Amino acid sequence: MFRRLHEPAEPVRFTFDGRPLTAAAGDTVAAALLAAGVREVRRSVVGGEPRAPYCLMGVCFDCLVTIDGVQNRQSCLTEVREGMEVRSQQGRRRLEGAE
Amino acid sequence: MTAAAASRDIAGPITHAADLADRYDVVVVGAGPAGLSAAVEASGRLAASGGSVLLLDENPSPGGQIYRAVTRRPRRPDDCLGADYWAGLPLADAFAASPAAYAPGATVWGVEPCGAGEGGAGKGHEPPLVGVSLGGAARRIAAGAVILASGAMERPMPVPGWTLPGVMTAGAAQIALKSADAVPAGRIVLAGCGPLLYLLAWQLLRAGAEIAAILDTADPGQRLAALRALPDFLRSPYVAKGLSLLAQVRRRVPVHGGIESLAIEGDGRAEHVLYRQRGRAGNIAAASIDADCVLLHQGVIPSTHLAAAAGCRIEWNAVQRAFQPATDDVGRSSVAGILVAGDGAGIGGAPHAAVAGRIAALAALADLGRLADADCRRALESLRRERARWRRGRAFLDRLYQPAAAFRAPRDPATIVCRCEEVTAGTLRKTVALGVPGPNQLKTFLRCGMGPCQGRLCAQTVTEIMAEERGVDPSAIGTYRLRSPVKPLRLSELAALPVPPDAVSAVTGEPPAKGPSESPADAR
Amino acid sequence: MTKPAATADMATAGAAAAAAAAAAAAGDRPAPLRGDWDVAVVGGGLVGASIALGLCRSGLRPLVLDGEDLDLRASRANFALVWVQGKGVGAPHYALWSKASAEGWPQLAALLRETTGIDVSLNQRGAFSFALSQGELDRYRDEMERVAAETAGAAAPYEVLSHNELRDRLPAVGPEVVGAIYSPADGHVNSLRLLRALHAALPALGAGYRAHHRVERIEPLHAGFRLFGPWGDLVVPRVVIAAGTGAEALAPMVGLRVPLTRSKGQVLVTEKCEPFFDYASATIRQTDEGGVMIGDSEETGTDSIAARADISAVLAQRAIRVFPRLADVNVVRSWAGFRVKTLDGLPVYEQSARHPGAFAVACHSGVTLAAAHALTVAPQIAAGALAPDLAVFASRRFDVPPSA
Repeated sequence: MFRRLHEPAEPVRFTFDGRPLTAAAGDTVAAALLAAGVREVRRSVVGGEPRAPYCLMGVCFDCLVTIDGVQNRQSCLTEVREGMEVRSQQGRRRLEGAE
Repeated sequence: MTAAAASRDIAGPITHAADLADRYDVVVVGAGPAGLSAAVEASGRLAASGGSVLLLDENPSPGGQIYRAVTRRPRRPDDCLGADYWAGLPLADAFAASPAAYAPGATVWGVEPCGAGEGGAGKGHEPPLVGVSLGGAARRIAAGAVILASGAMERPMPVPGWTLPGVMTAGAAQIALKSADAVPAGRIVLAGCGPLLYLLAWQLLRAGAEIAAILDTADPGQRLAALRALPDFLRSPYVAKGLSLLAQVRRRVPVHGGIESLAIEGDGRAEHVLYRQRGRAGNIAAASIDADCVLLHQGVIPSTHLAAAAGCRIEWNAVQRAFQPATDDVGRSSVAGILVAGDGAGIGGAPHAAVAGRIAALAALADLGRLADADCRRALESLRRERARWRRGRAFLDRLYQPAAAFRAPRDPATIVCRCEEVTAGTLRKTVALGVPGPNQLKTFLRCGMGPCQGRLCAQTVTEIMAEERGVDPSAIGTYRLRSPVKPLRLSELAALPVPPDAVSAVTGEPPAKGPSESPADAR
Repeated sequence: MTKPAATADMATAGAAAAAAAAAAAAGDRPAPLRGDWDVAVVGGGLVGASIALGLCRSGLRPLVLDGEDLDLRASRANFALVWVQGKGVGAPHYALWSKASAEGWPQLAALLRETTGIDVSLNQRGAFSFALSQGELDRYRDEMERVAAETAGAAAPYEVLSHNELRDRLPAVGPEVVGAIYSPADGHVNSLRLLRALHAALPALGAGYRAHHRVERIEPLHAGFRLFGPWGDLVVPRVVIAAGTGAEALAPMVGLRVPLTRSKGQVLVTEKCEPFFDYASATIRQTDEGGVMIGDSEETGTDSIAARADISAVLAQRAIRVFPRLADVNVVRSWAGFRVKTLDGLPVYEQSARHPGAFAVACHSGVTLAAAHALTVAPQIAAGALAPDLAVFASRRFDVPPSA
């Protein structure tokens, strides 16, 4: 996890798994999660192992999370917005309406 | 001010695919130094004739990774990033002032070469098509020329435990610093080799972070190989800066050299790093160091996915030990209408990329007949000189920091190589022993490279492992063949693309003359 | 047969990189290239490997000669169906041949599991053909009725389902699906794991395998055949041409014929999803790992291997109409491949009359027919003669102008 060097000039509120967190305007979701102390964002698809953002530049796909209900978003390429609902993921994608 | 620039000042960046034009004279992919300067050069030269330039970039603001967030970051007097970072600001400003259209947050998932839609590549009279997803919708945009400036990514450094939370690339920490003004909390261990590792250490120290140690994995065997290139390096722009930075870091952080193996361990997250170190007397000592955050780095390699999927010929660069698109002196790839500029065509660094972007832009315009040959020649002459200056010293760095074999092709069989499909080095080596013809058959057998990252984090390692097992050069092994989409694309976005009758017919089996059909005859 | 990671003592790369790779590949196995091979199988895809597997079981030592990593390989681009439904309209022997192979598949899967420990995830719960219009459903039904009539009722059973009947079985199907054919005889496997399992089984059963050994010429000798390639040459008593799209050029050298027609197909695959569709279908299937494969297209006028985005778009549209819940799923890869399709779409099995000992095996259903190839065709090749009931698949059928 990360710490910020300066207080965000423009704080943005969002949630991770329902927990209210604060980001800075312009943060990517991945950076905002790390700066808010989140260690793990998902469990891997094949082995169910804990994963967290690794490259922060859109290459590794380890930062995949569900953002406002859309699964498998690259959080390092998505800007955080006020009121955004971010959720961790467990393995494979779930199909809406699946039995 | 041109009409295009005026309209952009009103409209601002393009945020939805529907707002893109059907065609641009030049489409640039990537807003790092190469892409920004290519867009500035091309749009400036086309402004008088009303030509159009579009820059597509995945990030929310210009700068690429090297100048990440440079237009957004508050510039404080005590800023930790250093002058080289802020050198990106004039470039971003020049782009902002240029008439080029700009679409941030755009994912380019494919480039189809000329004539790809009509029976094969290489016809030449049709423009390449750029497949892009922007604002939740996909489009295919025609381009007179495409300049790929997709930059570099960090060379994968597969060590045991590199998938644990708390382990990141050094580049990731740098991006967090640039874009979110954040540094890892707690004890940081940097491991790997190359100039960026020390630059990051310097920046983190200035930011007040706690670096417990640097574990330097540089291959001592490379020092001799690099010596030949030393005189060239001593005349290079890198030397003074580099040596001073190294000295500052070494004064404040314990640096352990001769690291022969690394393993990161912890319960669900990185907690400590085990390492083996070769001493001056040749003795090997094992040790462990506690860490809250481990940052790995062993150099950068070109991001080649778009070029490869477009059918550009990919070649092995033996000195940089990486695959790159084959380009001519001005950046033309093997595919008509597609150029590659900057680190995506071979690592040269940011200032080099900025010059290469301008060169590629000139070449693209000349190929399109939008720039007089004499003007092009004149402009290229001085740019080539500038480029040569930035190439000086590169060979020394490339050789000195060529990663050691143990970190290119992991020895520990349990080490994960493909992070998406969780395929280990041991499984790969055993399967290579079946006699497979190459990485693509390996991919088929083991699914390595088939996950969402599409091999970005394993392709290099798979080639290295196979080359080592076979005792041949990586150039004889090759790498994954790629096809668009090179980035995940929502099925509904793909489905919403316009479809010509012959595409419908290829699926339904109905003759094209009947147009879109509801009744596929040959679906089975 | 593992080898140490240290490779300093192995051949170093020479100027001819490909030759070095070939030599090194050969160095992976101690078995000699010349000498004691009973038969050469030209082609290491699903067809060649299945035949070689069967030859081993018949007591022969086959050597499989394979090409380069980026050769056209239908075995890496197929849709992984074990498919009987609707096959063999106007060719009842083919309908029954496909059905027999599907019935033999559990035996092949068990054999591979026993030999290699690899489970190829055979799933024969049945499969659907989804109709997106009434005309399409009518045509499917006509085809099924024709096959049933032409085989005198010996064909696989099937049901014609209305939209509501289909909905009862598959609640996930969309409102635009008019109905479907369902047949319990169909299924699918993990075809990538199948190829790997075959290749893992070959050395275990005594076969040889050589990549970078593309065969460019075959010369019939007084006894046996001499095979030539950039790697050198080799004399073998018998040869089986199972070279996919490459068979067309090789077959005439030994008095055989495999006339092919150009046919390119494209497939999309999505990110891994939780299981939602536990059957197969002709155009959509979910792999055991979770990815959803979406096919399929056919282009006959191109030799470009590049996948076309507009064709992918049509595939995507139709997949969403069948299963609307796929709309938000991400496509992570696409690929194209060339089918090994003969002029009439049926397989070729033949021994050369002029040069006995040379066989051709070609088909575009390398997955479905893998069981027939390993368990039925290969033992016949090993015995020296194809059974009379395979005579219908000989290439002389192409001498007769096809009836309309």
